Amino acid sequence: MPVFWIFVIITGLAAAGYVLGRGRALASAGGDQRNLHSLPSYYGSNAAIFTFVPAFLILLIWLVLQPIFISLTVQANIPDSVVPEGSTIGLVMSDVRRLADGLDTAVSQGVITDDYARSVRVDLTDIRARLGEAGVALGSNLTSEIMIAAQRFRSMTNTGNLIKTIVVLLIALGGLGYALSRTQKDFRARNTVEATVRVLLIVAASIAILTTIGIVLSLIFNTIEFFFLYPIGDFFGSLTWSPSFGGGSDLGVWPLLWGTLYISVIALLVAVPIGLFSAIYLSEYASPAVRSVAKPMLEVLAGIPTIVYGLFALLTVGPMLVDAFGDDGYLGLGWMQGGTAVMTAGLVMGIMLIPFVSSLSDDIINAVPQAMRDGSLGLGATHSETVRQVILPAALPGIVGAVLLAASRAIGETMIVVLGAGAAARISANPFDAMTTITAKIVSQLTGDADFASPEVLVAFALGMTLFVITLGLNVFALYIVRKYREQYE
Amino acid sequence: MNDMRLLERDVDTNDIKIAARDVQVYYGDTHAIKDVNVDIADNTVTAFIGPSGCGKTTFLRCMNRMNDTIDIARVEGVIKIDDEDIYDKNVDPVQLRAKVGMVFQKPNPFPKSIYDNVAYGPKIHGLAKNKAELDDIVENALRRGAIWDEVKDRLQEPGTGLSGGQQQRLCIARAVATEPEVLLMDEPCSALDPIATAQIEELIDELRQNYSVVIVTHSMQQAARVSQKTAFFHLGNLVEYGSTGDIFTNPQDPRTESYITGRIG
Repeated sequence: MPVFWIFVIITGLAAAGYVLGRGRALASAGGDQRNLHSLPSYYGSNAAIFTFVPAFLILLIWLVLQPIFISLTVQANIPDSVVPEGSTIGLVMSDVRRLADGLDTAVSQGVITDDYARSVRVDLTDIRARLGEAGVALGSNLTSEIMIAAQRFRSMTNTGNLIKTIVVLLIALGGLGYALSRTQKDFRARNTVEATVRVLLIVAASIAILTTIGIVLSLIFNTIEFFFLYPIGDFFGSLTWSPSFGGGSDLGVWPLLWGTLYISVIALLVAVPIGLFSAIYLSEYASPAVRSVAKPMLEVLAGIPTIVYGLFALLTVGPMLVDAFGDDGYLGLGWMQGGTAVMTAGLVMGIMLIPFVSSLSDDIINAVPQAMRDGSLGLGATHSETVRQVILPAALPGIVGAVLLAASRAIGETMIVVLGAGAAARISANPFDAMTTITAKIVSQLTGDADFASPEVLVAFALGMTLFVITLGLNVFALYIVRKYREQYE
Repeated sequence: MNDMRLLERDVDTNDIKIAARDVQVYYGDTHAIKDVNVDIADNTVTAFIGPSGCGKTTFLRCMNRMNDTIDIARVEGVIKIDDEDIYDKNVDPVQLRAKVGMVFQKPNPFPKSIYDNVAYGPKIHGLAKNKAELDDIVENALRRGAIWDEVKDRLQEPGTGLSGGQQQRLCIARAVATEPEVLLMDEPCSALDPIATAQIEELIDELRQNYSVVIVTHSMQQAARVSQKTAFFHLGNLVEYGSTGDIFTNPQDPRTESYITGRIG
């Protein structure tokens, strides 16, 4: 029985358990829910939980363990002589699995019967042709050992699936019976449900944490692998970035780091003053009517996909800057050679970050107690004196935190840079030169068609690790600042 | 400082500092203050008493136009300080508030050093020509706030690190530092323990030498201890106003009597 149907059946049993549990609890209380320890729905939920959760967990574990177990068993029965020179048992096993799948497909299409699939022998029939009719292509070395292994693989999988179905359904029914047997009016169903809710929340939280740990570990291992292929001293010591997929690349991180930081600084120079001033206006000066319109409008900016900002950079801001600063620009400066430049990407990224800074700062300024404003106004300070001398100092830690979070977003931004900043890895002080960033180069290194084990591809992990360390450092620093000064005005 | 001296206490002067005529205050559609007429004397502590929500604080905030900061509040009528209408178009509320200091219910020192808290007002009003003068102003204000001895060795520490009573005296010193003529106090002791309260009350009595002090309080004992004149507010009306001794021993209005004897409020 397919897993989907098993799942549907245990869900159905759980739903039945809910109804039965609820009814049984009410019956044990003589139909009056005031005699129950918990509300009737808790007894229902309790029965549903006992039906579904253990069965579902067993199903999950079974799904993970069965293929591993079968592979190991089948593998142990394949003689070493079958493994060709220069190949591995793993490759032979993938042949076995492909053949087993092919037999399954052929059976399900009616090309061969199940009995035939069980008993067919390579040396007596042309199984390759029969499977070819079903659209299954086989590898070259189809030996009888592999056929026997594949048949064993199929039969074990079928048996395993049958046992799995029976076991899971039995456990679901057993859970249902157990829960119903305990359902009577003094049973503390509410406590069981509460405990389940807690476990559910813990699981949700741990999934996020475990995923993060997994990502970090994969970054670390691949980075270590990269540093075996490419000296760490060159990565951090070289000032040139010129990957060549034929080998002999120069993979110095500094040009990329320089581009990343330069663009981020320009973005923050745009975003912090504008974002902060708009936050001050919205929280301190704007009337409720203006605020109720302006704040959502500002936050719409935050909902624009970054690729759209990238288009804006490439098609609008870049040409505008060239008109002004280009060789034939009306300022006559001739600083800018093309539309893609650090300035283009920085300006657009700054616009992207405005709602980020303003929204966070607005919340922080609003959190400054009204007593501070009253105290300052009561001493005869004007509105802007109050903002400058009392509210901003009180909100400063939070604002610094907001700026640092914006900075870590700027550093990690990709699309705007790909479209707006160009692709040239260089170290230059001119903000109208094209440069590139770590994120943009990660994309181009991974989308090339080089061997995955080459340093030119693996460098992406080292770059990602560098980026991760920088943004992590910024985030930790931001949290530290926010925590350290948070309670100043309590 | 106890109730037994009530009848012996006199109002020192009869100069009218603040005169309010037909004052009405509305919060949106709510009529919060109705037809209040009151004359507040100079060098006197005037107490506003009354049950919660009766409009004492609202009326207090009219006198330095702090209600301007509330969008929906609307004030009608005339309030004159030294014969000048404070709601006149030519009056700058910012200057008015420098002249009419305010101390709030909860101590609200700024998240700055003790020194900067007190120096804040003098700095924004340009009262000091140089650092030495500013030092003097700060020291004087802290002395008048009766907190100098406790903080003189730690002027650069944050004002928020002081105890509640010290914070409130710091706030009083901060208000005094701008050289106001009137000091408005909105339940200044409601967040303090009895010892800190006693210190503040003693301080209020001393401040009377230089200022006209108006204090809102929920404690009738406090009103009796510190004030020379008392006004009783009820449901937005000024029910009775007179010398503290008269109000507490011989109230004219039955509502006043009910309130001070604990039958209402």
